Amino acid sequence: MRLYAYLIYFFLYFPIAIIVFFSFNSGKHASDFQGFSLKWYPKLFDNPFLIDAFNTSLMVALISAILASTFGTMAAIGLNNLKGKLRVFYDSLVYISVMIPGIVIGIATLIALVTLFKFLNPLLANIWPTSFGKPPLLNLGYVSLIGAHTLFTMSLSILIVRSRLNGMDRNLIEASNDLYGTPVKTFLKITLPQLFPAILSAFLLSFTFSFDDFIIAFFVAGSETTLPVYVFSSIRRGVTPEINAIATLILTFTILLLLASHLLMKYKNYSNKGSKK
Amino acid sequence: MLFPASFWFGVMLILPLIVITIFSFGERAPNGGYIPSFTFDQYLNLPARFVAFKNTLTLAPIGTIIALIIGYPLAYYLVFKVADNKKNLLLILIIIPFWTSILIRTYAWIFILGSKGIPNLLEYVGIENLRLINTSFAVLVGIVYSYLPLMVLPIYVSLEKLDKRLLEASSDLGASNFKNFINIIIPLSIPGIATGCMLVFILLMGEFLIPAFLGGGKVFFVGNALVDLFLQSRNWPYGSAVACSLVIIMLIIVSIYMKFINSKNNREEVSII
Repeated sequence: MRLYAYLIYFFLYFPIAIIVFFSFNSGKHASDFQGFSLKWYPKLFDNPFLIDAFNTSLMVALISAILASTFGTMAAIGLNNLKGKLRVFYDSLVYISVMIPGIVIGIATLIALVTLFKFLNPLLANIWPTSFGKPPLLNLGYVSLIGAHTLFTMSLSILIVRSRLNGMDRNLIEASNDLYGTPVKTFLKITLPQLFPAILSAFLLSFTFSFDDFIIAFFVAGSETTLPVYVFSSIRRGVTPEINAIATLILTFTILLLLASHLLMKYKNYSNKGSKK
Repeated sequence: MLFPASFWFGVMLILPLIVITIFSFGERAPNGGYIPSFTFDQYLNLPARFVAFKNTLTLAPIGTIIALIIGYPLAYYLVFKVADNKKNLLLILIIIPFWTSILIRTYAWIFILGSKGIPNLLEYVGIENLRLINTSFAVLVGIVYSYLPLMVLPIYVSLEKLDKRLLEASSDLGASNFKNFINIIIPLSIPGIATGCMLVFILLMGEFLIPAFLGGGKVFFVGNALVDLFLQSRNWPYGSAVACSLVIIMLIIVSIYMKFINSKNNREEVSII
């Protein structure tokens, strides 16, 4: 039984280890190890396309994580006071946006935004005051990337913050109200500090998702290139040690983020247990 | 409080789903655009992509079942055979791969199954010209590898919740371990099994990367057909019809499945985070 478990862990981590191992390959052929070398890493920084893709991914992930955790928290609090049919309606929207395949979201967003922009651009050109200069041309790119990523991550944030909200000690809020705390003050001093670990872990998971997402970005990135889209097209062109080096860096980056978010969740569970007593 | 979320759901979820439905009844313009009309032509043309649907609807359930068969013993091991202080670490080790880039993890298998990987090693022991990559087998390996964590976690949760005193009582009354397993552990973990299977199956229905990398154009899913239709041949109305059909098939299967499961057990929510 134990051997079986070890085998599975081996199965889970072996492919990752292989990539990391071959990223230190000095040879030019990706699958033929010729000696240890770090040379592929500095080379990455000379590749302007890669740096560009990385910056785009970072920007998109950062903005969508901020939007998702903010709006998600607001929605989770709002939904908590909501009952009846409206509540069911919002709940199903949350579940639909988490469950629907990423590829369908990507496609649907692509055609909806292209159609919408086709309609909005002439309209905008007409009403745009000439003193402001040239009217902006709405196009796929940052806006569609952030929009589509935020949809999924916002729903994820709602689920995370809501589970924390349900585990929260109501007595503290009542006590604050009894002691003449204004609703705003109660929110800032009682609710928000208690929710904070959940909000932060929602932020980190949203960031990780957006940073790693390939399939949605593949459709809605327009003329922009995100890091996963860049890696995908490089893989299509052939397996090289350079890709292994990028992959190793991405893996390290996301694993660090995940550990951070996990430690926060643990802290959350810990304080949960404390408050239940 | 709900305003920003409502706005987002409206513009990024409801509007796109409405547009894609409208497109699926439209006609294709000669240059690849869309002509508004109301026709069922796109849907009647669906059999042209029959192979993609067939592959998805056979390999997705097979992959789900293999993941269950491999994942269940692991969840069992973690719950019943591991000391409490080690449990957390072993659990995190399962969650981490799930949240790291699926692109990179799938790419690793191109390496391993490619001609310089396992087939190359097998040549030393005399098995030659074995082809692993670009087969259904490779796609299944990729599927099980990617979705195993998602199967293990819900089962783990439901086994962890199981009242261990039931097992003691049953053993005291003379039941063997095997009997305990069949009569107590399996029935009580059905909610976890159901959640795990559903999550894996739903995600597999929309899979694109695994068949793209490991099926190499020979074994392809509906997801690959969609990428082809939208980004290469630019047939948006037909692509929309394929996407809508995928979602409808998914909804039908999931609701039948849920009805079947709900009639036996109360549903429970399982956190995948």
